[in-house]
Amino acid sequence: MKKEFKVISQIIQNDKRVLDIGCGDGTLMEYLKFNQQNDVRGLEPQKDLVQKCIAKGLSVIEGNAEKELIQFPKKSFDYVVLSQTLQAFLFPDKVLEQLLRIGKQTIVSIPNFGYWKVRLQLLFKGTMPMTKNLPNEWYNTPNLHMCTIQDFVNFCNKKNIQIDKSLCLTNEKISEITNSNMIYKNIFSQLGIFLIQ
Amino acid sequence: MNRDTKNIKKLIVNQSLDLDCGKTIKNFPLAYETYGTLNKSKTNAVLIFHALSGDQFVTHINPITKMKGWWTIAVGPGKAIDTNKFFVICVNVLGGCMGSFGPREINPETGELFGTTFPVITIKDMVKAQNYLLEHLGINKLLAVTGGSMGGMQVLQFTSLFPDKTYSAIPIACSASHSAQNIALNELGRQAIMADPNWNKGNYFKTNLSPNKGLAIARMVAHITYLSDKGLQEKFGRKLQVKGNLKFSFDADFQIESYLRHQGSVFVDRFDANSYLYITRAMDYFDLTKQFDGNLASAFEKTKTKFCVISFSSDWLYPTRENKEIVIALNACGANVGFVEINSDKGHDSFLLDVPEFLKTLNEFLNSIYNEINNEKRI
Repeated sequence: MKKEFKVISQIIQNDKRVLDIGCGDGTLMEYLKFNQQNDVRGLEPQKDLVQKCIAKGLSVIEGNAEKELIQFPKKSFDYVVLSQTLQAFLFPDKVLEQLLRIGKQTIVSIPNFGYWKVRLQLLFKGTMPMTKNLPNEWYNTPNLHMCTIQDFVNFCNKKNIQIDKSLCLTNEKISEITNSNMIYKNIFSQLGIFLIQ
Repeated sequence: MNRDTKNIKKLIVNQSLDLDCGKTIKNFPLAYETYGTLNKSKTNAVLIFHALSGDQFVTHINPITKMKGWWTIAVGPGKAIDTNKFFVICVNVLGGCMGSFGPREINPETGELFGTTFPVITIKDMVKAQNYLLEHLGINKLLAVTGGSMGGMQVLQFTSLFPDKTYSAIPIACSASHSAQNIALNELGRQAIMADPNWNKGNYFKTNLSPNKGLAIARMVAHITYLSDKGLQEKFGRKLQVKGNLKFSFDADFQIESYLRHQGSVFVDRFDANSYLYITRAMDYFDLTKQFDGNLASAFEKTKTKFCVISFSSDWLYPTRENKEIVIALNACGANVGFVEINSDKGHDSFLLDVPEFLKTLNEFLNSIYNEINNEKRI
């Protein structure tokens, strides 16, 4: 299991209800279900991945978060998880609104567009950046709304979203983002992970 | 249709059953079949609900019609619903014509066949009746209930009536309330039967004539609704019975015509026209949302069952949208639900045909439930 999922699972307390948006093949769900006794549900737009999840005994619904989240009642999950998908939505702000409505707490991770390798590629090569976390070309990337760690924090402040935890991943190492190290973290982190409500 | 159902498994239900129509029935027969072996702890039972034209003979050779069971593709040793692992039960529905209490049974009060004096049956009545068989078999909790089409409606009704009587439920290609289009199509079938002079207001058993033409037309109409435009086009297109020759008549020139005629003619050999009226009526009356004052989520409020809802992309009779309403309701009450739409060109009939992705999903979901139950036992 990738480091990001380990970090997310450590944030989630045992025996809680979790909704994983864009759960993929259910790796995180499976871990939470069997190791932390979490009651997990998933939402995934790709049929083949939904079938994989069902085969593992995971309750996953085929569907698109931009349309489907409205059906879940208010605060019906202790945690809603959105891993590296926010940037792929047509209306990330609307999706985030739904996540905050459904979950008592929400965990969002974003690939950081402020990462130095990304900045350098655009600055010196003059091409759209491609990295481990952003492996696609500009013409086939699913990402529509890239943002930086700083952008996300600014957004939360603007929308009065409470940030309970800000973490970042740099070469598989986890560290905390604070007000004083923000500029530095926004350059050297590949991924931001936030616990918000 | 003429047949002897004396030598098939039957339970005579001694208790009385209050039907939705207000009448009460008792001492009525329920014909059923089982496959596989019930384990000692009675935790491996799967109850399958059949659809409109189905019966209790899910797999192997149907002893009455001598044809393959209607879900042989999915049920049997080593199949998606593996009878080496699971104890499969299927009951002929109330109102049916394969040995259960239906319009072909004798009315003890008159000594004559019921015909249209048989009480109007609902999906809820069917499900309540089948619960008597579970009690008779001593099964407190099923591993799964499943069924497609009207079978799926029974799955929904069952899980709503009995929130803790099955570990899992797989409603397939169905709806929580029968749509106007489906009522319209059923009405077309019923009118075809009733327009046949042999129907004789349902008393055809007195004349020894059967409304075969009407029933065949009903089946032909229904059969089209089970397929898809694309499926029909690919299979038949404009292919002719006799190559290159239009007959300039009303004989069956096109292969699709003779196919439908064939479907109609074989159906009348195995199905009773009055049963067709009663069962389609039960489907039309099905509205689980209305049973709960317009809020489908309340139908599943107490459920402890794990659901896996399955629909098919080309099914226009019970489209994905209607299946998804069930998923939405289950989510709204916090139930445990998964959902997948299977890609298939085969229309509503997909659940009865060799659609590998579907059979795989069915198999893997059931196995995951089987493993969950057995792991629980180990702890």
